[in-house]
Amino acid sequence: MSIDMEQFHQVFFEESLEGLDIMEASLMELQEGQADSEIVNSIFRAAHSIKGGSATFGFSAVADFTHVLETLLDEVRQKTRDITTEIIELLLQSVDCLRDQMSALEQGESADSAQSHELKASFMKILESGNEAPASSTATDASPTISEGWTIYFKPEADIVKSGNEPLRMFRELAQLGTLSTVANLDALPSFNELAPENCYLYWELELHGSDISEAQIKEAFEWVEDESEIRITAIDAASEVSATTDSESEDESDPTNDDKPSGSALSEVPKSTSFSKRESASIRVGVDKIDELINTVGELVITQSMLSAVGQDFQMDQLTRLQEGLNQLAQNTRELQESVMRIRMLPISVSFNRYPRMIRDLSNQLDKKVELVLVGEQTELDKTVLEKIGDPLTHLVRNSMDHGIETPAERLLSGKSETGTITLKASHQGGNIVIEIIDDGKGLDRERILEKAIEKGLQEPGDKLSDEQIYQLVFKAGFSTADVVSDVSGRGVGMDVVRRNIHELGGTISIQSIQGVGSTITIRLPLTLAILDGQLAKVADQIFVFPLVSIIESMEMRGVEVSKAAGGCDLIKLRDEYIPIVYLTEVFGISTQPVILHESLLVVVESNNEKIGVVIDDLLSQQQIVIKSLEENYQKVKGISGATILGDGRVALIADIGELIRLSGTTHLKKLRAGDNFIPADPQAA
Amino acid sequence: MNTVEGVESETIGLGQQQGEHGVDQYLTFIMGDDEYGVDILCVQEIRGWENTTPIPNAPPFVKGVINLRGTIVPIIDIRQCFNMEETSYGPLTVVIVLRATHDVGSRTIGIVVDAVSDVHSFNEEDLHAPPSLGESLNTSYIKGLAQAGSNMVILLDIDKALNFDELLSFDEEKKTDGSVEM
Repeated sequence: MSIDMEQFHQVFFEESLEGLDIMEASLMELQEGQADSEIVNSIFRAAHSIKGGSATFGFSAVADFTHVLETLLDEVRQKTRDITTEIIELLLQSVDCLRDQMSALEQGESADSAQSHELKASFMKILESGNEAPASSTATDASPTISEGWTIYFKPEADIVKSGNEPLRMFRELAQLGTLSTVANLDALPSFNELAPENCYLYWELELHGSDISEAQIKEAFEWVEDESEIRITAIDAASEVSATTDSESEDESDPTNDDKPSGSALSEVPKSTSFSKRESASIRVGVDKIDELINTVGELVITQSMLSAVGQDFQMDQLTRLQEGLNQLAQNTRELQESVMRIRMLPISVSFNRYPRMIRDLSNQLDKKVELVLVGEQTELDKTVLEKIGDPLTHLVRNSMDHGIETPAERLLSGKSETGTITLKASHQGGNIVIEIIDDGKGLDRERILEKAIEKGLQEPGDKLSDEQIYQLVFKAGFSTADVVSDVSGRGVGMDVVRRNIHELGGTISIQSIQGVGSTITIRLPLTLAILDGQLAKVADQIFVFPLVSIIESMEMRGVEVSKAAGGCDLIKLRDEYIPIVYLTEVFGISTQPVILHESLLVVVESNNEKIGVVIDDLLSQQQIVIKSLEENYQKVKGISGATILGDGRVALIADIGELIRLSGTTHLKKLRAGDNFIPADPQAA
Repeated sequence: MNTVEGVESETIGLGQQQGEHGVDQYLTFIMGDDEYGVDILCVQEIRGWENTTPIPNAPPFVKGVINLRGTIVPIIDIRQCFNMEETSYGPLTVVIVLRATHDVGSRTIGIVVDAVSDVHSFNEEDLHAPPSLGESLNTSYIKGLAQAGSNMVILLDIDKALNFDELLSFDEEKKTDGSVEM
């Protein structure tokens, strides 16, 4: 019988990565000298299942590596070894190493890496040293002494076969490890009259020869019967000789890892991001309650459907109310179904947040800063796609806060703050948005420095008066960095612009509030889901455009509104205390050659990124939920348009991208300025 | 609402027909006075012209997008791509929906043609390389010329002919040229 194991690989990778996440999180909770058995057990379980899985799928490099890990963890679990910072650090590094191995395997590459060998050697060294320590007898039992061979005394209980265990099979397994010779002892065999055919009266003395066989491997063969049998495993050779050679070996290899730890951790950071990007298209785990809810809703939908078809079969006008009732119910069922389905895609943001405690820990060591991380609202749910794409920008922002925001302990004490800085990651729902805040109590943004740097890099003309908000926006420009020294962590000036672009791609916005000396808050607003949005349909010329309802502030008639012209050919209106630039969609999108009759038009005031514009449209139509369809799939990105949707009558309507409209409005003003005329359509040909 | 009545029901589904060994089947269509052919395996369906939703600031040969059972599909006027005369669209105008592969995937695109003509089988030997016309005309999207009865059929390489990245950059060039003249 051959089963295609490949089909299970994906599941194994996912489970293993999940296991690694658990290991990492638990390791972070472990304190030196305090081996909380609950935590250690969960780490052990995770390591154990990764080992089991990788052995099953033939990923021996991973299996061997986790095996060593497991041995060490077992000792900790048995309380024969104290947990030290060194061990925690090593375990954390091996979590990284295993992640790399997983992503290598996922891409069909070999998981054998120099890093794993180094780590393995370090573990071996610790294990060896543990042998000399006054550890109890169990420690020697579990230690993976490598020897030339083993003698095994195996005396099973008489009813071993009844429990489904077959000694022959175990011996076969052992024979795969090395050369096996067996001597069966028959002296317990009763006389023929007393013999029960289902009992096992034999016991064995086995000799297993071969290098690289660890005791645990042998134990594994007897895993199922060890409680019911008498098993004694002894090494053939003098153990001291062997351990001496492994000792010297491991010392050579482990030294480099111990000496330059920073480079080791930096190494492990780099491939981590690749593994995250790889995981994007993977599957999703859904709670049973969500599935049940979905099934319930579908059940109701089926009932409504049969009710409607009963009404429809022999329809008379007097049944009209029933029909309407049914249709209402159908509408409700559909909405519920939609919500349930969307909820399946929702994951708690803790999935993304959980990687930061580790990162903060590593970084604070690297930067010599003391930082405490506070997570608030980790259970806030958001769409899986958004969640995956927000990971990298968030990481970048947290690193920035660590590097630029939080001061060194000495600086903090000088400015009268506590030595330990705090970074708070906060997630919450606000209307149709999810808001993620990264708050630090560091030194805040330096207004003057930013301006100075921006002028120096040619991003900003000197002499302009800028508001705080505008200055902070400079940080997001490409090529901007205020860090004096380019460090591993930040300072290269690539990043913030990428962060902003990523967030814009998700339909979100990012803003900074900062008080110098007190700290800064970076706020990210994201739509809950990418697939569906509440839209306002608007008519422009003979076309229908959709505006995301969340970005609309208000709409009003243009009649009686005074339009003033600002320098640069930009039209402005005064709305309460603000001057808002006006955008003519006909012009930006090159729709019609007809001049706009302003006093018959409507104005929709929309906001993105704290900037507002007024969009002139002909008419407001209905509001409805729309399903976003990709334009790029078969065409390409269109400026000012974020996607398309299909209206109730089957027609396609385009969805306006407010953020881009604001930017586009700037460029069309420039164009108009050059053309010297206010009402030349941008591209008459496209009409 | 504005779609041509009854058009959707006339949609002809074309199964994936595997040609005999070495023989490829081509769907031919008429544009102007010429007959063109495309590999039949690229053809998804043939439908009547319906009103499209125009795309802002798109080049003139992109007529807009339509809803093809939930997918947004752009419609291209291939006449304008080939610098042929524009014609008005009527109830008999046909859109051939094709699947064109490009570097990183594939796109579904509709092309507007005058009429669908026939299905021909051509051997590889039947194909003649297009004559080299110098730099004045790009012939890379022509797969070959073939003879069907007394007519010459121009066989198009769909993947090349419908490569947006090239088409649009070509259009950009034209645009910039135009602005210089202005």
